[in-house]
Amino acid sequence: MADQMSANRPQVQNGAWRSLVDDWSSDRQAFRVSWGKAMMWIFLLSDTFVFSLLLIGYMAVRLTTPQPWPDTSEVFALTVLGHEFPLLLIAIMTFILITSSGTMAMAVNFGYARNRRLAALFMLFTAILGASFVGLQAFEWTDLIQKGVRPWENPMGAPQFGSAFFMITGFHGLHVSIGVLYLLIVARKVLRGDYDRAGSYEPVEIAGLYWHFVDLVWVFIFAFFYLL
Amino acid sequence: MAYVPSADAHAHGEPQSFVTKYIWSQDHKVIAIQYSLTAIAVGIVALVLSGLMRIQLGMPETDLVDASAYYQFMTLHGMIMVVYLLTALFLGGFGNYLIPLMVGARDMVFPYVNMLSYWFYLLSVLVLMASFFVPGGPTGAGWTLYPPQAITGGTPGAGWGILTMLVSLAIFIVAATMGGLNYVTTVLQARTRGMTLMRMPLTVWGIFIASIMALLAFPALFVAAVMMILDATLGTSFFMPAIIAMGREMPHEGGSPLLFQHLFWFFGHPEVYIVALPAFGLVSDLISTHARKNIFGYHMMVWAIVAIGVLSFFVWAHHMYVSGMNLSFGFFFAISTLVIAVPTAIKVYNWILTLWQADIHLTVPMLFAMGFIVTFVVGGLTGLFLGNVVVDIPLADTYFVVAHFHMVMGVAPILVVFGALYHWFPKVTGRMMNDTLGQLHFWITFLGTYIIFFPMHYLGIMGMPRRYYAYEDYEFIPQSAHDLNTFITYAALVVGAAQVLFLFNLFWSALHGRPSGGNPWRATSLEWQTPDTPPKHGNWGEKLPEVHRWAYDYNVPGVEQDFIPQTEPQPESGHSAGEERT
Ligand code: HEM
Ligand SMILES: [Cu+2]
Repeated sequence: MADQMSANRPQVQNGAWRSLVDDWSSDRQAFRVSWGKAMMWIFLLSDTFVFSLLLIGYMAVRLTTPQPWPDTSEVFALTVLGHEFPLLLIAIMTFILITSSGTMAMAVNFGYARNRRLAALFMLFTAILGASFVGLQAFEWTDLIQKGVRPWENPMGAPQFGSAFFMITGFHGLHVSIGVLYLLIVARKVLRGDYDRAGSYEPVEIAGLYWHFVDLVWVFIFAFFYLL
Repeated sequence: MAYVPSADAHAHGEPQSFVTKYIWSQDHKVIAIQYSLTAIAVGIVALVLSGLMRIQLGMPETDLVDASAYYQFMTLHGMIMVVYLLTALFLGGFGNYLIPLMVGARDMVFPYVNMLSYWFYLLSVLVLMASFFVPGGPTGAGWTLYPPQAITGGTPGAGWGILTMLVSLAIFIVAATMGGLNYVTTVLQARTRGMTLMRMPLTVWGIFIASIMALLAFPALFVAAVMMILDATLGTSFFMPAIIAMGREMPHEGGSPLLFQHLFWFFGHPEVYIVALPAFGLVSDLISTHARKNIFGYHMMVWAIVAIGVLSFFVWAHHMYVSGMNLSFGFFFAISTLVIAVPTAIKVYNWILTLWQADIHLTVPMLFAMGFIVTFVVGGLTGLFLGNVVVDIPLADTYFVVAHFHMVMGVAPILVVFGALYHWFPKVTGRMMNDTLGQLHFWITFLGTYIIFFPMHYLGIMGMPRRYYAYEDYEFIPQSAHDLNTFITYAALVVGAAQVLFLFNLFWSALHGRPSGGNPWRATSLEWQTPDTPPKHGNWGEKLPEVHRWAYDYNVPGVEQDFIPQTEPQPESGHSAGEERT
């Protein structure tokens, strides 16, 4: 499909601006990407707005609530062997998710190299990492709930802390869980050889786009909740 | 490599059974019809609700509607009209039908997602209708759903009503997203040979930009809905400050009602243009076709659509002047609101210049198109008043505002909807709608809406507040205002009843109308050049059309026919008038 896209296109390009103008004024397509990829990009743009507005909303209630905001390094501390480690769990979770971006990128590479087995294997790795992220998230939720934090109340300060935290991490966790399912489905198709027959491994890359996006969103959530 | 039209890449087999053909269908044309009929059906509900409200306002002695019911009807009327009727009809109905046909594609890029979009839309409508039957009835919070009142005890439908509304909106947003992704990707990536962006009919431009806006504005409503659902069910306090309602302390503290208003209007203002831009696009094509003249300033029209789309994300807080605002913010939003009037005015001038000395055929679609221009100008002028902070403050929440927004975003788009339905009906069914009934429908609707909404400006300046269910006990409202209200109600009921003419015409003509042929309006754009009418599955038969010119070659000097279809090759030597512009 990729070469079909670039066929029939006048190759007049001097500089990025020129090629941008060419793309936009050409017939048939505005971007040199497949339909699926274009659609995923546009979806991610829309989803970016959802997450941005969630975070803006969270910052807004944080600024307007009259009660004090809890000290996050305390709230999120993990007690291991009698010691309190601030941000330990979250560091592990972030590390896992970022690693999963790496394995995903490798899966995409193996896909384009037409290496069916390794592509599927690395997608499976990615999915396992994603699932363990969700598991740790559940662990953290339990920990907070044991400390008495609820969506509607918070013994350590403003109730909005609990509300925003559960809402936003929940929504993100939902994205990760859907991503895990999505990866497994695509991985199955890779193994079955669907993409060899179709002649393009691009669906792997499209799944990768989604996955990287979910990772990137996590970095922002991490910064806004745990560092600020 | 041999040329493979990219729009063929996903061509799928023709569906066989009745179910896959007409119900569980992935064909954009069937989905468009499903969307349209559903939207018209809820639209009728909203119309009936407005009639009931008018009966209460004009003939309060009938006691048909009590205070709670009035607010519930008002809320559902507003929400249905704006979201479930107009947005769904313009994007899901016209967008689905016209985009692939106008850009020369065989279908939307992802027909399965497109089909899901319709079924989610239907689900959202069913959930909304269910709210009439839940305990406490539908929400009466006003279509803006402002908290805290939306979920506090005194408001009708504060329990189940508001929940069903919010859930329904969330489902609608999912539907609109799935549809919107398809519309945008199809326009960007699946055009036929020769169809550059700057050769697309303005209809496609309007729907395209509106779809992008929907993808960026609906997230705000989605987030607001999620937060309010949590406030209402789990007792979180995103929007809820500490309040005592009906003598009891509510379990909320420290939330920000203003946050909701910002989120709502970050969606709500673009939403106005999500409805308006498709209307602008459709009406441009109606005018050009029925006035047999190229659209004046095509490039300017395109850029105006884009500019309005961008600017409308920077004006939302003009709905919040009376919520209290920092002075310099108020200034910023007043300025941006006035700036957005510039591209809008350009469009109006261009329509008028298109009509100037044109060979105007007073067909039914043309009548509706011209009715739109007049109505839009009237509504736009009063909008300029309200865009000013100082003028807005005394007029806010009076019938002046009711008159303004009904003119500009109620009646005006509805006139386009009608005009466009009369115009494209022959392509959808292969038959013409009845002309006499159509003319009658136009004149009653057009004049009727003026009789309804014009006097409301006057009521507003007199200080009659909006969102009141009865006005009997206020001394500052004179008897004459009550008489005027009764008069408005009669007019509203007549206009409402007259829509039966339209419905009858729609269904009767679909079965018994005069056969129309493939191109009854002698129009240039691609959808009129299909090999079959109505177009078959896959739209174009064996071969995709090839485009050689823009969509507005009407009455080109030196050419025999008075129009040149987009598929007609440019002459080898010499040049036609259309050429420079394409
Ligand atoms: C014959 C046609 C119509 C009639 C008679 C009518 C009548 C009314 C009435 C009586 C109200 C309540 C005003 C108040 O008490 O403040 C209202 C509100 C409203 N209408 Fe209409 N209407 C019509 C068409 C439309 C259309 C086509 C739209 C589409 C945009 C629309 C959108 C609204 C909105 C947004 C509200 C505000 C609801 C609120 O205050 O929460 N109406 N209409
Ligand atoms: Cu606005």
